[in-house]
Amino acid sequence: MGCVAKSVRVAFAASLLSAVSYGAVMAQAVPQGQSQEQAAQQGGGQGQQRSEAQALQAAQGIANYSLVTQQRLENPEPGNWLLYRRTYDGHGFSPLNQINATNVQNLVPVWTFSTGVVEGHEAPPMVNNGVMFVTTPYAQVIALDAKTGDLKWRYKHPLPEDLFQLHPTNRGVGMWQDKLYLANVDGILVALDAKTGKEVWKTKVGDYKRGEYLTLEPLIVNGKVMVGSSGGEFGVRGFIAAYDADTGKQLWKTYTVPGPGEPGHDTWHGDSWKTGGGSVWITGTYDPKRNLAYWGVGNAAPWPGDEHPGDNLYTSSTIALNPDNGKIMGHHQYHWNDSWDWDEIDAPMLVNMNKDGETFDALVHPARDGYLWVLRQNNGGDIEFVSGEPFVGQNVFKSIDPKTGRPTYNEEHVPKVGKDVSFCPSLWGGKDWPSATYSDQTKLVYIPANNGMCGSYEGVNKKLIPGQLWLGADPDSLKLHPESPHVGDLQAWDPATGKEVWSHPFQGTQLFASALSTAGGLVFVGGTNDRMFRAFDAKTGKVLWQQKTNSGIMAMPVAFEVDGTEYIAVQSGWGVDAQRIQDSLAKAGMKVDPDVPQGGVIWVFALRQQPSQQ
Amino acid sequence: MVGLSRPGLADDADDPARMERPQKGDLLVYFDGDHEGQVIKPADLKVGDPSFMAWAYDPQKKVPRDGSRLNMILMVRLDPATIKPDEASRAADGIVAYSAICTHQQCPVAEWLEESKDFRCPCHQSVYDPRDGGKVMSGPAPRPLPALPLVIAGDELQVAGPFTARVGGEKSGVG
Repeated sequence: MGCVAKSVRVAFAASLLSAVSYGAVMAQAVPQGQSQEQAAQQGGGQGQQRSEAQALQAAQGIANYSLVTQQRLENPEPGNWLLYRRTYDGHGFSPLNQINATNVQNLVPVWTFSTGVVEGHEAPPMVNNGVMFVTTPYAQVIALDAKTGDLKWRYKHPLPEDLFQLHPTNRGVGMWQDKLYLANVDGILVALDAKTGKEVWKTKVGDYKRGEYLTLEPLIVNGKVMVGSSGGEFGVRGFIAAYDADTGKQLWKTYTVPGPGEPGHDTWHGDSWKTGGGSVWITGTYDPKRNLAYWGVGNAAPWPGDEHPGDNLYTSSTIALNPDNGKIMGHHQYHWNDSWDWDEIDAPMLVNMNKDGETFDALVHPARDGYLWVLRQNNGGDIEFVSGEPFVGQNVFKSIDPKTGRPTYNEEHVPKVGKDVSFCPSLWGGKDWPSATYSDQTKLVYIPANNGMCGSYEGVNKKLIPGQLWLGADPDSLKLHPESPHVGDLQAWDPATGKEVWSHPFQGTQLFASALSTAGGLVFVGGTNDRMFRAFDAKTGKVLWQQKTNSGIMAMPVAFEVDGTEYIAVQSGWGVDAQRIQDSLAKAGMKVDPDVPQGGVIWVFALRQQPSQQ
Repeated sequence: MVGLSRPGLADDADDPARMERPQKGDLLVYFDGDHEGQVIKPADLKVGDPSFMAWAYDPQKKVPRDGSRLNMILMVRLDPATIKPDEASRAADGIVAYSAICTHQQCPVAEWLEESKDFRCPCHQSVYDPRDGGKVMSGPAPRPLPALPLVIAGDELQVAGPFTARVGGEKSGVG
C-alpha cells in the first residue's frame, strides 16, 4: 500500500468538534443488540469512555428516506450516487448534463461544510434523493441536506485509544434499504439507521492489533455486505467477507491467499502464504448479468519478491467472486511475485467494448504497474487477457505474453533483499487506488496518472512481529526519483484501440485523486498540490474551469441532482499517501512545499443563478 | 516461565489488570523472540545489544499488562557513563525503559540505530535519545518518549514508578 516516507507535516490540529455545538438536540444513540462481548471485541475492553457509541442527532432527522433496493442499485436514477462509483460497473460516470462544457465556467460553490478533522478525505459524497452521506477520517459519518448543506445527524464511531492508523481515511458508506454500512480502521463494521444515524448492529471483521483494518466502502449485492481487509504492510493474509445486511451475521469469508488444498496454494512456498498480504481495500465492481463481483487484490508481503518466492496468487490480481457464497470463479494476475508494492486493488471497470469489429464484455484496469489492461469476461467467471499497454514510463516489464498477458521482468529493476533497486513507476504506481473514470458518452477512460515518477528501495529480511509494520524495506532507502517536474498527468485513453487520445501534464505536482466524468462532456478531478479542483473538456483535455479549495483534494467527486438542479460535490482534505508523495518529492529535490494545509471541507457547486429579467 | 500464552498482543483483555499501565513493583517480560513471556533479568542484558520490547507483568495477579498497545515498553542497556543525570535517576545499572509507542502517530518505535545508539520509529522516522529522557532528535514526533523508571531488586528488574508522561500519539480527529 503506501510508502511510509518521512512526514514533515505540521502537527495535527486539536479536535475541533468537541467544541462545536449544533444548537440542536444532542442524543446519545443506544447501541442496539450490543453484548458485552461485542463491546470488549471492539474496544479490547479499553474503558467505559469508548464502550458506548454516539450519534449526534439534529432535531429534524430525516423524515422521508428512499429505501435502497437491488433494483435501484442496478439502475440508479440519474440524479443519485448510491454506489462507490455510482454504478456497479465502476464507471464513475454521471448521465447528468445540465453542467456542461459550454457553461461550466459559471460553476460556483453553493455551500460548504467543515468536517472538523484532518488527514485524507477520500470518500465520495453519497446521495440518495436529496440526502447526502459523507464519511471522513476518524470514523465519522455526516448526514446533510444535499441541497442546503444543513446537518441532519452526525455519527462518530469511537476508535480504540491504542490504535495506530497507517492510513487514517475512509472511503464512504454502503447503502441498503434503510441502513448505511461503515467499515472502520479498527476492524469494526457498523450498520446505521440512515434516518437517525443510530447504530443498528456492529461486528468485528478484523483484528487491528494484528494489522487488519478497514478503509473501503462496502459493496452490497442482494443484502450481502461485502468488505475486505487492509494490512499489506503488516503481513496479514487478505480476505473478503460478507455479512447479512439486516443482522450483521457473517455469511462467508474468502481468503485472497489460498491455504493448503486450495487452488493456487502451490504458488507459495513454505509458510509464506500465512503472511502473504493480498489485502483488499477498494470497493469491488459487480456484473448482475453473471452475478459476479470483481475485486482487486493488493501487494504481496513483505515487499521484496525473494522473501516470498512463487507467483503468489491472488496478490496483484483481479478475482471474480460469487457474492452468494464467496467462491472464487476466476482470476487474472497482472504481475506475478510482486516486489514493488503494486497493489492492483482498484477493481476493473466493466465495459461493453467494440474492438476490431467484435463486441464483448471487457474488464478495463489502468493498473498500479503502469499498464492499461483490457481483459475479457467469459461466462462462469473465467477471465481472458486481451491487451496491455503502458500508460506511464515502465522499465520493469521486458515483454508481455501475447496470449496470457504474463509479463517477463528486467531483473535489474526487481527489488531484492540487500540490494538498492530502482524501478519505474514507483511503489505508488502509474495510478494508485484513486479511480479512473469511463465516460459512457466519449467511450474513453480518464486516468489520474503519475508519469516518470520512479522510485527505489533496499530490501531487508526482518521477522514479522504481529501488529508492527513489516515492509521488508529499509525505510532510509525509500526514495522517489521524478524524471521531470511533470509528474501528474491526466490521460484520456481509448481502451478499444489501446491509444492515448489526449493528456494534460501538471507542472510541479503529483496527481492523486479519483476522477468523475459526466454526460455534460466533462471530467472533474482534484489531486494536485495547488489545492485546485478542475473541470476538463472530455473530448480535448482543455481546462475549462478551476477552483482553489481549502486543502488538497484526494477524494472522489460526484454529480447529483435535487429539484431539477445539478450539483458537483467533492471533499477537499489532504493527507495519507498524497502527503507522503509530497514529502518524498520535496526530499527528491522537486520544488514543492511539503506544507499542503490539512482539514476537511465538503464543497458543493452549481451553476451561478442568472440575474432575473426585469 | 511466566507471561504470555500466545505471541504478540492479546486478542482480548478480560482482566482489567492487563489494560492498566505499568505500575511500581511490576516485573518485566520479553515481548517476543526466543524468551517471549519470560521475566527479564539484568544479568541477561548487555551493553551494546540492540533495544527490544517488553511488557510489564503484574506479579500479584500473575498477568502481563498486554491488553493495550499503549503498554508496550522499549528497553536497552547503555553504558552508564553516557546517560544524562535526569535519565540516570530512572535507570537501573544502565538499563533504561520507555514507552514503545511513538508520540507522533502511535507506531511502535521498533528500530535501534546501531551507530548513534538511538531509537527510531519506522513509520515516520522520528529519532529519540535513550540517554536523555527520550528527547526527540529528529522527525515529526512532538514530544519525548515517556520514560519508565526502573530499579533492581535482588536479581530482578522492577518498575519503580509510572510513565513520566501520557503515553500515546497526538490526539486528533473527532473529539
